[in-house]
Amino acid sequence: MRAVARVPGDGEGALSRSGRLAVAAVIVGIGIGLIVFLTAAFLRSSPPTVDFASNHQAGQPVSLTLETVGSIGYGAHPTWVSYLTLSPQTGQWVHTTLWDLPANTTINVTINQYDSGSPLRNQLLGLVQGTTGNVMMLNGKAVSLLNSNTGNGVGHTFSIPTLGINVPLEGVNGNAPNFCNAAPCTTEAHNVVKFSFVTPGPGNYPWQCFLPCGLGYLYGNGGPMQSVGYMDGFLKVVS
Amino acid sequence: MSAEAPSPSTPEATAEPHHFRRILTIWIAVSVVGDLLFAIFVGPHVPPGRMSDTATSDSVDFTILFLVALPVLVGVWVYMGYAIVMWRASRPGVPEPVGGPRARGNLRVQIAWIASTTVVVLALFVFGTVELYVTNGSGGGEGPNPIWTPTSATILPVQVIAQQWRFTFRYPTFGGFETPDLILPVNTTVEFHVTSLDVIHDFWAYQIGVKADANPGSDNIAYTTTKQLGTFTVRCDELCGLWHGAMYDFGRVVSKSSFEQWAARTEIQLAALTKTLPPFALTYTPDANGADGGFYPDTNDPYSNVETYGATQPSS
Repeated sequence: MRAVARVPGDGEGALSRSGRLAVAAVIVGIGIGLIVFLTAAFLRSSPPTVDFASNHQAGQPVSLTLETVGSIGYGAHPTWVSYLTLSPQTGQWVHTTLWDLPANTTINVTINQYDSGSPLRNQLLGLVQGTTGNVMMLNGKAVSLLNSNTGNGVGHTFSIPTLGINVPLEGVNGNAPNFCNAAPCTTEAHNVVKFSFVTPGPGNYPWQCFLPCGLGYLYGNGGPMQSVGYMDGFLKVVS
Repeated sequence: MSAEAPSPSTPEATAEPHHFRRILTIWIAVSVVGDLLFAIFVGPHVPPGRMSDTATSDSVDFTILFLVALPVLVGVWVYMGYAIVMWRASRPGVPEPVGGPRARGNLRVQIAWIASTTVVVLALFVFGTVELYVTNGSGGGEGPNPIWTPTSATILPVQVIAQQWRFTFRYPTFGGFETPDLILPVNTTVEFHVTSLDVIHDFWAYQIGVKADANPGSDNIAYTTTKQLGTFTVRCDELCGLWHGAMYDFGRVVSKSSFEQWAARTEIQLAALTKTLPPFALTYTPDANGADGGFYPDTNDPYSNVETYGATQPSS
């Protein structure tokens, strides 16, 4: 056996080759783990779900109150248009489009529409369909068809295609002095739209806005139009 | 104790069985039995069904393609199986796999292989072309200027408008009303004009054997002739965004009288809406200014009056 004299300070305390490999493996492992975790967290991330089902009494209607705003004003995309939901538990506006709703139940919807409007891309969506009586109450008046080429146009729609439900939401005057610029809006210029529909059996039913309101995206179809929590959501109907 | 393998020169090795005849016999037997079983038990149930002439044609085509493909598959498997069993290296008397006369190829086998595959491919080409011709494009989108057009005296034009994420339908010969409902009369040739208001979609009416891309600014024409009453599924078959998976609908084939009643009733019911629609056009140009919606008829020719169905002609 050969003894090798060590020079003080030269390699003293340094790891052996296998030690360095072990450290590198640990670092790489942690890196891969972080990437997997962050990817999974991103994929699993979702807006909160507002619960309208847990405390629901059978046979009683559910009140669902929403508002639409021209820009959410906060979060990752403060300039995006969005829906908000009034939580029945807290009475606060929640930035979400996901709701737990009881099955086979009348849902009385109130939407406070604060955004300006434009013509619909497809005028068919100016027709109120699938609601109780195929009608909505717009500021207290019964309406079954909105011509979006007139007046302030249509700001957004509330549509559940798989259930045949479509409700156009008339826009407000974008030049109104009390136009709401960011959520949550309360007393600013708005239209109040009320209608009812009956939930089907349990299942997830996607809903969306059909007016291409993704400002800054080609044909207005990107951004909030493609994002759950903004202009798309789910009715999670539970038994 | 050791068992000595006979050398290739021994009588056991020279008394080779007729391998080709064996393989041929097995191949023919398995292919015939397989094809018969498929034709009898599976053939009648091959999708998409019999709701239209194009759907029937699709089902027949799939069946024939399977009947042709099965012998090819069986041929490969039989040969491989036979080779594994008969010519495995551990089997006594098997010649060396590499080298010798067998490594130089066999002209007869090569010619037979090239000839047989050429015949199969050319036959399928002719068959496919004839099938496209006979069924006026076999329900596929033929673009704005179809090569194959039906000769039916009565054709119902229906415009399919795709957008994120639903289909709607216009009936130009009934005042141009637009509806989310796709209703068709039975025993009628239908001319679908498929277009889109935004991105690329695909109109796939499964059970009636129609499938055509929906492109913005493009009028994609597809034909079918309905043959059976019933419900069919309409799906988008082009990944088109968030709710692509929910972009489906159901259409119905009804009797002619029911269709005419429905169309006349709907035309009246939607009269107020129809007034707000843009004039009927083959394609529509969406406003590209982001949130500002709206769509407008293109300036190209409106729908031809040559095809007629129903009482009202579209204004041109």
